[in-house]
Amino acid sequence: MMTAPKERLVVIGAGMASGRMLEVLTDAGAPYDITLFNAEPRGNYNRIMLSPVLSGEKTYEEIVTHDDAWYAERGITTRFGEHIVKIDRKAKVVTGQHGDLPYDKLVIATGSAPFMIPVVGRDLPGVIAYRDLDDTNTMIAAARPGAEAVVIGGGLLGLEAAAGLQMRGMKVTVIHIMGHLMERQLDPSAGYLLQKALEARGIKVHCKGATKAIMGEDRAEAVLLEDGTVYGADLVVMAVGIRPETRLANDAGIEVERGITVNDQLRTSDPSIYALGECVEHDKQLFGLVAPLYDQAKVLAAELLGQASAFQPVQTATKLKVTGCDLFSAGDFADGEGREDIVFRDPGRGIYKRLVLEGDRLVGAVMYGDTADGNWFFGLIKDQTDVSAMRETLIFGPAFQGGGSVDPMAAVAALPPDAEICGCNGVCKGKIMEAVAGGADSLDKVRATTKASASCGTCTGLVSQVMALTLGGAVQTKDCMCGCTDLTHEDVRRLIKAKGLKSMPAVMQECGWTTPDGCAKCRPALNFYLLADWPLDYRDDRQARFVNERNHANIQKDGTYSVVPRMWGGVTTPAELRAIADAAEKYNVPMVKVTGGQRIDLLGVRKEDLPAMWADLNDAGMVSGHAYSKGLRTVKTCVGTEFCRFGTQDSTGLGIRLEKLLWGSWTPHKVKLGVSGCPRNCAEATCKDVGIVCVDSGYQISVSGAAGMEVKETEALVTVPTEDEAVEWTAAFIQLYRENARYLDRAWKWTARVGLDWVKDHLSDPENRQALNERFELSQSVYRKDPWAEHAKPGARDEFSPLADCRLEAAE
Amino acid sequence: MTNWIDIAALDDIPQQGARLIRTRTGCVALFRTHDDRVFALDDRCPHKGGPLSEGIVAGHTITCPLHNWVFDLNTGIAQGADDGSVATYPAKIENGRVLVGSEIIARRHAA
Repeated sequence: MMTAPKERLVVIGAGMASGRMLEVLTDAGAPYDITLFNAEPRGNYNRIMLSPVLSGEKTYEEIVTHDDAWYAERGITTRFGEHIVKIDRKAKVVTGQHGDLPYDKLVIATGSAPFMIPVVGRDLPGVIAYRDLDDTNTMIAAARPGAEAVVIGGGLLGLEAAAGLQMRGMKVTVIHIMGHLMERQLDPSAGYLLQKALEARGIKVHCKGATKAIMGEDRAEAVLLEDGTVYGADLVVMAVGIRPETRLANDAGIEVERGITVNDQLRTSDPSIYALGECVEHDKQLFGLVAPLYDQAKVLAAELLGQASAFQPVQTATKLKVTGCDLFSAGDFADGEGREDIVFRDPGRGIYKRLVLEGDRLVGAVMYGDTADGNWFFGLIKDQTDVSAMRETLIFGPAFQGGGSVDPMAAVAALPPDAEICGCNGVCKGKIMEAVAGGADSLDKVRATTKASASCGTCTGLVSQVMALTLGGAVQTKDCMCGCTDLTHEDVRRLIKAKGLKSMPAVMQECGWTTPDGCAKCRPALNFYLLADWPLDYRDDRQARFVNERNHANIQKDGTYSVVPRMWGGVTTPAELRAIADAAEKYNVPMVKVTGGQRIDLLGVRKEDLPAMWADLNDAGMVSGHAYSKGLRTVKTCVGTEFCRFGTQDSTGLGIRLEKLLWGSWTPHKVKLGVSGCPRNCAEATCKDVGIVCVDSGYQISVSGAAGMEVKETEALVTVPTEDEAVEWTAAFIQLYRENARYLDRAWKWTARVGLDWVKDHLSDPENRQALNERFELSQSVYRKDPWAEHAKPGARDEFSPLADCRLEAAE
Repeated sequence: MTNWIDIAALDDIPQQGARLIRTRTGCVALFRTHDDRVFALDDRCPHKGGPLSEGIVAGHTITCPLHNWVFDLNTGIAQGADDGSVATYPAKIENGRVLVGSEIIARRHAA
């Protein structure tokens, strides 16, 4: 196909892909007259090795792949430091800053440009991208020991930049918008381990952080986040992503989507023009890792040599080049239909491995801490090896192949199979046996598959016995938290405190969760435990909350909500009542009802109306009554000495004081209080979680009452002479409950588990009471605020409305 | 061949959460999972009509907020001992946008 005289080949861009292409092409004795343009004033170097240059582990000279001699030897004319201004496709001429050059074939390898997030201050000196040697040199120049750097972006590039700057002595903070680092390569568990490792090296990591502005007068001084956090910054590195550099191609009228579109031969819409590297889009895919780019280079060289070849993107694996952080990811590790996970966690050694199987094939692998087997797994993924025979021991790697499988089937029990075991759900013994035979070897799994003991729970013992018989005694009767773990609630609470676990991935990793992100049972519990134990560090996760707490209203059976504004101690005003009446009319509330907790319930509100209604109630000075929360509900009071002829103390005032102290706090289950002004007990205080009955000599505090499915009188805790002490004891009791109870245990259930004496022991020590009050107050510094006001803000309302309305389109 | 409708940016749906699409024949819930996949299902539990979009998303399942039925987001089939299923619709992410099969507009009319 090729004949002399030599055709003119012009290559724009001297990056790694074009470098590899030129190597292959010239090795084969390219029949071309080659000219190479590069905007950077230098030839090809190994960009992957920029991070060791940044950290000082290597020099630029060591990473140069093609020096001047190399180009000369291959007969390649170089025009470095010269931008191409224009491509004239008709005349087949490129225009450089220093003159025109005709071509027969043109290769566009312009690579990618860093994406700069459009925030105020991004143009300030001291704000840079991390892309090429010049950026790296800028960073090295700025990296004074002790100076502060903020890296925006917790992906591969950002973390390498952060590690490099840190090694040069800077104080580095990484701001990442997603919930965990390197979310494209890692799942949350591995991301958590990585974050932990980076933090251990002194790099601060701020996930879920959206940059609002870069502040500074003449140069960058600080970075401001949407949540109000400010980090000092002498240097700001933006590493949020790259996008294909397509401007030249665009201007020349070549077909461009996200990248320059090419076919399997890397040919663009113009048959004389090829594109290569990070600037291309092939089959709707962009490329950022080097392996597929090198494949492209080989294909293009073959094409230019007139040989048949086609580009097929292959699976890629990622390793992070940060000393001391051992991680590996390959393939596709998203959950999916027909996909199964094999998860291995060794919390003590900080190891996490997850394999994703689809049928008999391994399709993805994520590893942290021990990546020695990474390439073996990568091989299995690429070759689509049938792994069914080694599945049992697959996760242990190539060294462990050949183990036998265990059959858990045991002898059949002797009880009549049609005996009903669970009355609530009508489950007979035979069904439980079937479930056990089907692999349900824990109470939780039996509950999940048969619903036996899943409602009231009184048959739990019976179900365990049937399981024990069926399994031959090998039943796990431990009351584990959920199907994701064998640990009990108490175990998990203890570990959260003992190990200082401050995020959901941290708990799931360190406690060996068997699912990637928990379930509807453990997530709400963990969310509570974390926010109760680490009020300042942990941020409430709305998506881990049941609907009522997520939407700050009570869902009704028809999907509408009820809205209950707070009435402190059950006291209201004509103005508040007017505002409630107005809201009821404005939003067509079908029912207005007085609740048992001395306030007013507006029932039947549409979800999308909630924020506006809250804003109206806020305007009248009202806040959420938390009638939906596992938290403080109401403090019911009588009128006490204010008006009542029998009243012994100001019960209304005490109730309001308690409610103002306790409102907004999250608790394991709901908390209701009552304060009665005399032993006639009009506020029905003795069936509340905490009840106070005023007497002449002071305040009788009793706890752990119930008036629901269970009816139970409170038990005496203490009698104190002053109102201040009554408040102190009440808050201490509630904090002790918050710190120790199982999620969804009411106070009476908790005290029954631990014993009221244990509670009294803890609370009778004044120092302990004081400390509990301080910890409660610390938590309240975060949570004593109105969630309605938060969600009624104009910018925060969207989630309450539908995302799209397709009704009109249907009518067309 | 599926025709796709561009509904919104992926970031408009919270991770491990859901948003709604209103259609003439009821709402369709659009779920986003922890690993950034999207699923479109009828927003109606076959048990008592609970709004599935208000449930808790875990792995590739959704738990109905009313009585804790659990559905596989891939198939719409109830898990465990419960019997029932929810209609599913094609959904995908492209360039950070969420696309849903146009059949959600014409659903039931076409059936």
